[in-house]
Amino acid sequence: MQGTEPGYWLGTDSLGRDVLSRILHGARVALAVALVAGTITCLVGATLGLMAGFLRGWVDMVISRLIDIWMAFPPVLFSILLIAVLGPGLWSIIIAIVVIDWTRFARVIRAEAMAQGAMDYVASARVAGRGRIGTMLREILPNVLPTIVVLLTLEMGIAVIVEAILSFVNLSISTDDPTWGGMIAEGRTSVHQAWWVLVFPLITLFLTVLSFSQLGEGLKDRFDPVLR
Amino acid sequence: MSFLSIRNLSVRLKKGPPLLRRVSLEVAAGEVRGLVGESGAGKSMIGKAVLGILPPSVEVTEGEILLDGVDLLRLPIAERRRRIGASAALIPQDPLTALNPSHRIGPQITDRLVDILGWTRADAEARARALLAEVQIPDPDRVLRSYPHELSGGMRQRVLIASAFAAEPKLIVADEPTTALDVTVQKQILKLIAGMQARHGTALLFVTHDLGVVSKVCQKLSVLYAGMVVEDTSVADFFAAPRHPYSAALLAATPKYTDPSAGLQPVPDTVIATVQAEVAAFDRGTARG
Repeated sequence: MQGTEPGYWLGTDSLGRDVLSRILHGARVALAVALVAGTITCLVGATLGLMAGFLRGWVDMVISRLIDIWMAFPPVLFSILLIAVLGPGLWSIIIAIVVIDWTRFARVIRAEAMAQGAMDYVASARVAGRGRIGTMLREILPNVLPTIVVLLTLEMGIAVIVEAILSFVNLSISTDDPTWGGMIAEGRTSVHQAWWVLVFPLITLFLTVLSFSQLGEGLKDRFDPVLR
Repeated sequence: MSFLSIRNLSVRLKKGPPLLRRVSLEVAAGEVRGLVGESGAGKSMIGKAVLGILPPSVEVTEGEILLDGVDLLRLPIAERRRRIGASAALIPQDPLTALNPSHRIGPQITDRLVDILGWTRADAEARARALLAEVQIPDPDRVLRSYPHELSGGMRQRVLIASAFAAEPKLIVADEPTTALDVTVQKQILKLIAGMQARHGTALLFVTHDLGVVSKVCQKLSVLYAGMVVEDTSVADFFAAPRHPYSAALLAATPKYTDPSAGLQPVPDTVIATVQAEVAAFDRGTARG
């Protein structure tokens, strides 16, 4: 275990492995999970939310009840249970995140779609003869898009955290591959002798999640015609 | 024959109180009919029923809405939408929420013509430009490229009027089109609607609570109270001699700018009692069958 030295800028861990290399390697898992899980969660949640909020009626009944039931499950237990059933691996983490977090999108987008649906421009589109699905995609969707983008980037940050938590408790991908959560778990045991093994992955995690939410803020301003 | 003919239309909240009580009215081609009444009298509800945009929380319990001789309520939903889209349009109340904030003005006018009515894009764009000029928008090309938030309220209402006339509808429902505007702009918009209506020969169902507006724009008038038509008359007759006591009270309640000392005249309680008794009698009658 060494601190900073030339060639090993962030030090080495208890087995003499380079912390910087492991952080970079762990980014592959973290970012893959963030992008894939975030996107799929967003697609599933936003679609259901949009349908519930705009189509209302029995569609809304079914989706809203589903959200209520879903949110009554404790998420951490639920994800650990899911991984236990699915077995560890990249896709298991992604599926767990999608299954748990789609309600986050569905609830917010439903409320937004409902608010937009009450606007006069929707009535005008209906009078002009636009169908329900056409109205939903053309009139409502562009107006909830800024919110979807913000939620998507937040979700990517959350996915990074969830992946770190799961690998912290050793439920992520196989233990041979470096993950930020796994590094943090290892670093925790030797924090008094080698703080860098714990601290640098933590800082990386923190900056990654912060970057995603900043990206969301920036994109929101780009997508919103009033702010543009 | 009338272009729009509503017969005995009753609408109520699902498993709730009635909102319209056997409303009947006619709008001939090219004619302007005002719908007046206090808030909650069901004026807008009639317009919404005609255009097929009643909220899902209400249901039609009886009656017919004949548009060009065809009962809309008996048509399958897709056919109803097609008919309404081809021959009717809406000028909404609030210009702030009536334009989609995410789309530029141009596509908001032209896309419906292209997507739904099958116009070519070039025709639709030329039409939009001509209409914006007709509603006295100084720089149509700039406005076509603008987003709604870049335009003033009066400008947006002009765009909405242009948009309503775009497909050359036979009937336009104007749902309190001047209520959300400044008084100074109101007058211009009113003149504009009246002018457009006359030039295009469009029938107009004009929902308002302003009798002053009625006297300027309308030929016929339906006075509503609690979803019931209490008087159906020509505007000239109404202002000369309203027949129903509620109509008379409504007319008397209009502030008189020529005589400020008269103050505001609320509708007298005795008149309210009279109409409410009529509504109660009506409800007893329908309950019995």
